[in-house]
Parts: sequence; structure tokens; C-alpha cells
Amino acid sequence: MSAIVKLGDVYKRFGSNQVLKGVSFEVMKGEMIAVIGASGSGKSTALRCIDRLETIDQGEIEVCGIRVDDPNVDLHRLRREVGIVFQSYNLFPHLTVEENIMLALRHVKKCSRDEARGVAMKVLEQVGLAQKADAYPEQLSGGQQQRVAIARSLAMSPKVMLFDEVTSALDPQLTGEVLRVMEDLAADGMTMLLVTHEMAFAKRVADRIIYMHQGKVWEVGDGSMLDAPRTPELRAFLDNGL
Amino acid sequence: MTQTLGDIAAMTFVPDFSPLLPYWPTFLKGAWLTLKMTSVAVCFGVIVGMLVAFAKRAKVPVLSRLCIIYIESVRNTPFLVQIFLLYFGLASIGLRMPTFAAATLAMTINIGAYAAEIIRAGLESVPRGQIEAAECLGLSRWRIGWHVMLQPSIEKVYPALTSQFLLMMQASAIASQISAEELTAVANTVQSDTFRSLETYIVVAALYLALSLLIKLIAWAVGEHVFKRRRVIRLAARRAGKAPSDTARIDTVIPGGAA
Amino acid sequence: MSGGFTAAHLLYLVQSIWWTLVLSALAFVLGGIGGFGVMLARISPRRWLSRTAMVYIEAIQGIPLLILLFIVYFGLSVYGFQVPALVAAGMALMVYSSAYLGDIWRGCVEAMPKPQWEAAECLSLTRWQSLRLVIIPQAMRLALPPTVGFLVQVIKMTSLASVIGFIELTRAGQIINNSIFQPFLVFGLVGAFYFVLCYPLSRWSQSMENKLNVGNR
Repeated sequence: MSAIVKLGDVYKRFGSNQVLKGVSFEVMKGEMIAVIGASGSGKSTALRCIDRLETIDQGEIEVCGIRVDDPNVDLHRLRREVGIVFQSYNLFPHLTVEENIMLALRHVKKCSRDEARGVAMKVLEQVGLAQKADAYPEQLSGGQQQRVAIARSLAMSPKVMLFDEVTSALDPQLTGEVLRVMEDLAADGMTMLLVTHEMAFAKRVADRIIYMHQGKVWEVGDGSMLDAPRTPELRAFLDNGL
Repeated sequence: MTQTLGDIAAMTFVPDFSPLLPYWPTFLKGAWLTLKMTSVAVCFGVIVGMLVAFAKRAKVPVLSRLCIIYIESVRNTPFLVQIFLLYFGLASIGLRMPTFAAATLAMTINIGAYAAEIIRAGLESVPRGQIEAAECLGLSRWRIGWHVMLQPSIEKVYPALTSQFLLMMQASAIASQISAEELTAVANTVQSDTFRSLETYIVVAALYLALSLLIKLIAWAVGEHVFKRRRVIRLAARRAGKAPSDTARIDTVIPGGAA
Repeated sequence: MSGGFTAAHLLYLVQSIWWTLVLSALAFVLGGIGGFGVMLARISPRRWLSRTAMVYIEAIQGIPLLILLFIVYFGLSVYGFQVPALVAAGMALMVYSSAYLGDIWRGCVEAMPKPQWEAAECLSLTRWQSLRLVIIPQAMRLALPPTVGFLVQVIKMTSLASVIGFIELTRAGQIINNSIFQPFLVFGLVGAFYFVLCYPLSRWSQSMENKLNVGNR
């Protein structure tokens, strides 16, 4: 069992604000890890650093053997292995759902139009939106758009998928459909790292939960950690229902 | 007869700026006149623009219509034609103006139309709620117009107005066509005296650039001084380590510019 | 010696409109091609390219079109190129347009939300692919109103070609006025013709901008 993602003593500063203060953890192949914490705890930043959307000041990040913190890192190789789904979906508004998914398949993986369409329809079925292939993002609900975003990432067959608070922008009744898709992905063996506020979901589905506080990994455990927190900070966080 | 490269090189033009040196005072005078003409026109033009912006929003349809006709006529015709119409037109009915005055008047009319649109955009961006609050506080229409509407609008549209100033300064070159005294007219005279046409216009181009930079600098300094609010907010944001959020500024020049 | 304004004069004016349109199209199309290049240079991650483009834009935007026109016209002639006024005017307008359009389009591309760039790059698209497939198609919507607005500018700018002797609408008006001395009538008509050319485009640009803003409120 090898670690797909490895963070070693990562430090990251924005201006005068030290956001990450020595973060270390590993994500093993096939694991689903939920990262929880209050806003400002650095969880989203850590996630974004993994896909090199932010660069770190100190420490190491390794994904599928690629050193992300290396200034000469091959970004294209990295981003083929990592799929990321954003809080605001970031679908391309000028393309249909199908075209959104096919774009990278055709231009990065150099698939033919038919090959790409085949893969697109397969992942759309996986997320339950095959019938919306010709719709434009603005015609879909938030939950549907997010599921398309997941499909878009999934289509590239990444080794690990990162989810950055993907249900936080959704109306409560729409989060269920997205969480169901994520649960199915986990069951299929996808390595997943999610930053989330959905405690019940994390407890039920995640293999491990990492609680971050003020830029550090504060507590790590499985779902039972949420019932019996060891540190007062985690207890306070859970009590406040943040 | 075949030409060698040497022959061609010997015939090639070499720029020579030296005959222009004695004309430095003339160039500077021209630059000063351009600056003067533009500043006067912009001052009056902005006042005209403010009046027209308010008049256009007035509930009197005739007034509003007239404003629209004024603005659209100016914005959809070339400045050269406007200045010909004004200068030669007035001359044909016996009104001979000095060229400087005619040019400034034409520029004022021109910039008035553009300023009116810019200021109107600023006025319309004032949230309705603020006007209502002011009315509920019992402020008179004039006071609301000035304090609640015009002042924040001017701050918002200040960049667009500055751009308009710069565009107008370039349009002033067109005044040379009615022989008004400004930098381009000076260039025309100097180049016909010295026969160094290309060099003259390059020097003049550099002078216009220098004027542009000067105006931008002054405009920035004035903006910093007059619009204290913006400065205070920006400094506070920087101290807190956050990037200051630029509340929607109307930066883009209204398409159409001058000329 | 002044006569009246005849039908022949009117015809002369109307025929000159053709040349106004030709020069406008030349300047706008060539300037657009140049402007696209300027825009790409301006947003390039290579500092020297971006800086050069910025200097180019600032320089061209800082000098009057009339001066640029003289520089091109006299510049060509002292280096031995005898070109018709149309070509000189076309070149000057093309350079001028490329700077302004490049700047407008740069603004539109930079206005595209950063998350779109992030989403594209996280799908492993190269910078050029992201620009071509994701950013520019979206930026075009934003760019259409100011681009059409600039076309109006170009049409008005062609009037300056009269100064170097190119016979377009304004020059035709000058020629007629010099013989019959009725400036209000002649230049009034000239203005009216420009208005007819420009106003529909101005309205179109305005209505597109309004449609865009409705979405943003």
C-alpha cells in the first residue's frame, strides 16, 4: 500500500498571515480522507497546494511520486493524476455539459471526438446525468452542475480526486445527490481527499478524518473521533456545529 | 544601371534633429497652449456635462430629448467636422471668433457630451436606497443632488473623466486645422521652416507623451488628495494584510472617446 | 465665386462615403489583427513581451492620431516610399487601432474570473489551450460592445485622412465648401452622413452592453 499523497511539514504564508504551520499527513491508495476544521484553519489552502494552485514556502508535497514543491515540476503530468472539484463548480458556461467533459479529453489526452463522447457519456451515467448531456450549465441546478464538475474530473481517470467544500455552496436539499455520487466513487476505490463541513457524511464514509486547527493537523482518527474528541479545540468546533 | 548597396545606403534618409534645437521655446509654448486649451475646455465641459446629466434625468420630456439629441450628435460625428461647422459656420453669419476661442468652444461642446454620459452613469450607480434615506432625512433636492448623488459619482467616475481629459488633449491637435495656436500647429510651422518634417513630428509626439504623463501624475495626485475616503480605506486594508476591494469603479472609458 | 448647392454636389458627397467606408474597414480589420497580437503579447507571462506591448500601447495612446498620421505619411516619403494617401492613412489608423483594440481586449480577457483559468489548468490544459478554448470564447461576449464602440471611433477617425489629401467624406465637404461657401449646409450634411453611419452602431453597442449588465445586476 503506497501513499498517493504525502505532505511533509508544509508551511504556507499569505502576506503576513501564516496559514499552514507545519502540516503533515498521508493519503493511501483507495482511502477517503475528510479534512474538517473552522474557516481559517488552512484546510482549503492545504488542498489547493496539493494541486499546485498555491505554492508552499517550506516542506514537501508528493503526489504519485511527483514532487509538487519542486519549482520545475511538470504541471501537466501532475494535473493528469490529480482531479479537483471546486466549491463553485467552475463549469465552462459557453460549452454544453458534454462538451465540458470532452474538452480536456480531446485536447489533453488527444482522444478522437467519438472516443471522448464515449467516455463523457460513461461518466455522466456514473453521476446520473446522462440525459443532460446537451444542456448548458446555466440550465442545471447547483447540485447537477457540481455532479457534472465531478464527472469532468473523473473523465480524466485521475489517481486521486480532491474536493474543496463541494457542497458548501449548495442548497441543503441538493447536497444529497452530490454526496451520493462521492460515496459511490469511494466504493469504487477512488482515492479521495475532501475538505468538507458535512460531519455526518464524513463519519459514515471516510476512512480517516483529519481535524485542522490554526494551520496545523490537530487530531486524526476515524469516525469515532467525532463522538469522542480528545482535544478541547475539536470539542468546541463540534459543539459549535461549524 | 545596377545600384549597389552602397549607393542605396548613401541615399537613405538619416534623421537629423539638430535644426530643431533653436525651436525649443516654440515647441514648449505650443505645449503650454495645448495644455491651456484642454484644461479650459475640460473645466467648462465637465460643468456642462453635469448640467446635461441632471437635465437628461429630469422629468421634462422636451429637456430630456434635447439632451439626447445633443449628446448623440456630438458622439456620432467627427470632431473635425464639429470644429469646421462651428468656426466656418459662425464666420459665414458674420461671427468671426479668434481661433483659440473657437477651438476651445468646440472642445467644450464636445467634452460636455462625453462628460454628461460618464456622469450620468455615475449618478445612476447611486443606490436608490441612499436617495430615499436622504429624502426621509428632509434634505432638499439640491442638497441631495450635491451630497448624496454628485459627490460619490464624481469619485466613481474620476478615472473615466481623467481618460476623457487625455483623449481631449489629443483631439486638440485637430484644432490645428483651423489654425488655432497649439502644439500641432506649431509643428506644422516648424516643419515647413526647417524641412525636417519627420523629426518635427517625432519631437512633437514625444511632447504629447510627456504632457500625457504629466496629466496622469497630476490627476493621480489630485485624486489622492480630494478623495480621502479611498485613501483611508486602502491604507487600512493594507495594514490588515488584505487586498483592498475596489468597490465598483467606473473605469472604462465610455466607448466613443473624443474626436 | 459662390453658387448654390446642387445635386451634383450631393452626389459627390455621397460617393465619397464609399471611401470613408473602405478606409474604415481597412483600418478596423488590419487593426483588429494587430490588436489581437498586441493583446496576446500584453498578457504573456514573458515579462519582456508584456512590457514591450505595454510601452507600445501607452505610446500610441499618448499621441494624437493626427501626429501619428503625419509621422507615417512623412516617414514613408522621406524613406523614399511614394504611397497613395489611402495607404498612409490606412497604416496610421491600423497602428492606432491595434493599440486601442489590444488594450480593450486585454481588459476583457483579464476580466475573466480566475476560477475559470484554474478549472482549465487543473484539467491539464496548457496556457494557450486554456486561452483559446475557455477564456477567449467567454471574453468575446464581454468584448463585443466596446469593440463595436471602437468601430464608431474608427469611422470618425477617417475624417483626419482629409488632412493628407485623401478624398473621403470630410475632404469632399471641404472641397465643396471652398467653392460655394455654405459651411452650415455643407458640414451639416457631412455631419448628418457620419451620424447615419455611426448612430446605428452606437445603439447596437449600447444595447449589447445593457444586455450584459442585466445579467450582472
